[in-house]
Amino acid sequence: MIRQPQPKQEILARRTALLAELAPMLPPDGLITEELRLRPYETDGLSAYRQPPLAVALPETTEQVAAILRFCHRNAIRVVPRGAGTSLSGGALPMADALVIGLMRMNRILSIDYADRLAVVQAGVTNIGITNAVAAQGFFYAPDPSSQLACMIGGNVNMNSGGAHCLKYGVTANNLLGLKIVTIEGDILEIGGAHLDAAGYDWLGLLTGSEGQLAIVTEVTVRILRSPEGARAMLAAFKANAVAGACVDAIIASGIIPVALEFMDRPAIHACEAFAHAGYPLDAEAMLIIEVEGSVAEQDALLDRIRAICERFDPISLKVSNSVAESQAIWKGRKGAFGAVGRISPDYLCMDGTIPTSRLPEVLERIGAMSARYGLQVANIFHAGDGNLHPLIMFDANDPASFHKAETFGADILKLCVEVGGCLTGEHGVGVEKRDLMGVQFSETDLDQQRRIKSAFDSRWLLNPAKVFPLGPLADAGEAAVAA
Amino acid sequence: MMPILAPTSEAALAEAVAQAARDATPLTILGAGSKAAMLRPVAAEQRLSTAMLDGIVLHAPAELVLAARAGTRLCRIEEALAASGQHLIAEPPALGSLLARATGMAPNDAMDDEATLGGTVAANLSGPRRVAWGAMRDHVIGVRAVNGTGEVIRSGGRVLKNVTGLDLCKLLAGSHGTLAVMTEITLKVLPAPEASATLILPGLDPDAAVAALSAALGSPFGVSGAAWLPDLAGDAGEGPAALVRIEDFAASVAYRSEKLAAQLGVPGTRIVVDAPSRALWRGVRDAEALAVREGEAIWRVSVRPSAGPAAYRAIVAAGGHGFLDWGGGLIWVAGPASLALHAAVEQAARQAGGVWMVLAAPDALRRQVAVIPPEAPALARLSARVKAAFDPEAILNPGRMRDERAEAA
Repeated sequence: MIRQPQPKQEILARRTALLAELAPMLPPDGLITEELRLRPYETDGLSAYRQPPLAVALPETTEQVAAILRFCHRNAIRVVPRGAGTSLSGGALPMADALVIGLMRMNRILSIDYADRLAVVQAGVTNIGITNAVAAQGFFYAPDPSSQLACMIGGNVNMNSGGAHCLKYGVTANNLLGLKIVTIEGDILEIGGAHLDAAGYDWLGLLTGSEGQLAIVTEVTVRILRSPEGARAMLAAFKANAVAGACVDAIIASGIIPVALEFMDRPAIHACEAFAHAGYPLDAEAMLIIEVEGSVAEQDALLDRIRAICERFDPISLKVSNSVAESQAIWKGRKGAFGAVGRISPDYLCMDGTIPTSRLPEVLERIGAMSARYGLQVANIFHAGDGNLHPLIMFDANDPASFHKAETFGADILKLCVEVGGCLTGEHGVGVEKRDLMGVQFSETDLDQQRRIKSAFDSRWLLNPAKVFPLGPLADAGEAAVAA
Repeated sequence: MMPILAPTSEAALAEAVAQAARDATPLTILGAGSKAAMLRPVAAEQRLSTAMLDGIVLHAPAELVLAARAGTRLCRIEEALAASGQHLIAEPPALGSLLARATGMAPNDAMDDEATLGGTVAANLSGPRRVAWGAMRDHVIGVRAVNGTGEVIRSGGRVLKNVTGLDLCKLLAGSHGTLAVMTEITLKVLPAPEASATLILPGLDPDAAVAALSAALGSPFGVSGAAWLPDLAGDAGEGPAALVRIEDFAASVAYRSEKLAAQLGVPGTRIVVDAPSRALWRGVRDAEALAVREGEAIWRVSVRPSAGPAAYRAIVAAGGHGFLDWGGGLIWVAGPASLALHAAVEQAARQAGGVWMVLAAPDALRRQVAVIPPEAPALARLSARVKAAFDPEAILNPGRMRDERAEAA
């Protein structure tokens, strides 16, 4: 289990008085204080960790967020920003002395401009909500994390979310133009806008992926793109992971960048097929889902090229979709992967390291050996074009020993990712989950540089406490951590 | 003039910075020095160059990554990528001869070859492809750098997807050497497209051109360049033209350029492919259409594309000349190095809710004006704290981006 710092007793002791002062800053039903109603906020997508917060504030305007933050800053109250609570790394895990600021009521699309290809939305708009709002005009918002039906753009910005199509379209950071943020001191700042690129420091780049450590995001200006004429998928199955990996290299070397290039290993194929009946080949060791875009003729030309490349690698089967329905069938298993694994195991941890793609066969082999050693099954799903690996470790949460083993196994996988030249997290964020592994990837000098930036924004370390940065020797996230 | 310090290793560079920090000696940070005319003159006699940190340290074509030491010439990197059929996604411009012309030096093509990777990233310079494929900063996936106390810091890595810790890659890109001295940079790269086609849409004024460019960029055909020139160079008498680029496999480019031309329906449209298409965009990239005369100043203004034409007209009315890129959102401006024209550029950018940047100007002018927009007071306070978090002695490129003393006063 990951250790959390002690709550501040003086805040807990003053709870009633503090909340009474806070309530008038919010709409009449905007402050949740009752124990039962706090329950939904005690955890996020990393549900092994739970802690009800001090209270939950649900502001409806940026000015309310600013008033709350000024109050929290003055009273040294810790603050945990929250969107839909879908973080898989515990990015929205509360502390007992922390006020959760939920942005879900700030869910309006403020403006859409097709000529300039942008939309201005509040932080609580869902990821899919942006695409839905512009789809009638043939546009879409590109980053598409698996949680896109629920997750909110404010959370996407803070975690720099990716998705299955970011090989071509990039991640959140590459699809933003501007932000409205509120600092812990209560200042409202406009970053960027409707134009490309900053003339001064790239605050937009620094804030994106900062996991709530620097400010609270209340509005986002995103780029919207015109949808391609069409898209189609194919499926290729191979006898060994190494062969499928070599095939991926050959596709990229041919100059084709497919819009998606997904890799599943044998356990993932079996779990997904049992769940979705997508027609996946059960005799394969590895399978690729490859998607291309363009007119039908362009799709045909690209899929022909890719099929010819796959055929050089002695595939077990190749299936090229002939219709939207067939493409959806191919994607059905992959998109249901988490549910599929959930069906064969009571609980699972979804890991998120990135590796240099050339090291894939070796990494999968070593994960297989670890799986045998820990006695826990693992299924691997991999964004093959960009090296982002998602091992799903299956365990039983009712058995503390099983959970402990799963966590240790997961940490070993992430250390392996760093060892081969990769990183701890490709798109889920550090959160609480990988906080104590940061020293594997970064030196103390590297981390201190990041901590000094955090201190520049949040000198009292009140924003999203005990995430991202390893705790100091006093188990207290704050100035002590910087000094340590 | 004091000799240039040009350490041959990262460790030696770190020691040089640490020594300067101990002595409180301000440093001018540069690569080849080809961008000395940009922004403000640095108030530091001692120069520290990364030019001797040379060489590509990693190129894995199948993994779409390249890492090189900061002093590596950009043209060497482009050559190495081309040998594997790849390219720099953001298409950074080669501005050496343009900037030299403005500052009254004899321009020569060799100056375009001087620019280093470090300088290009530090200035976050992007070309026409930025409108579709992102800025230089979007493709920086890893950096090694020396901060203002002489510590070596790292951020990012060598993999395409990485959200581990704060993203210092993007913060350092575009920080013009004022936060840390980059020593090694890792980039995402992509296969160079097989074919390139340009739709030349003649006779359009800026408003009609930007409307057409917006329609093109809002089409499903993957437009990767959208510019407007007041006078299509080399085609005497042709007058203004909008340019729209499509890059991909040859068959796709042929199909999409025909279909897009039909959809836009601009009379007289013609399509050029491959060598002439590439030459046109090289010209746009390097701002060849900016007929800069000796002693003139150069600005870049970034606004929302639909606001580009009005901003352009306001600047032309004040005596500037220029052209549009990025679908109308990037205005390249040249003109008399006067306070009046600078004020007009600033005003046009502000009116459009955008930003400006002085790319080249005589020292007298660039000392007097805000070469980039001042930040709101609360953001300026954050800026100062972040600067101190990297460079507490304020020795790295003092005065390069702002007149810190004036803004503090």
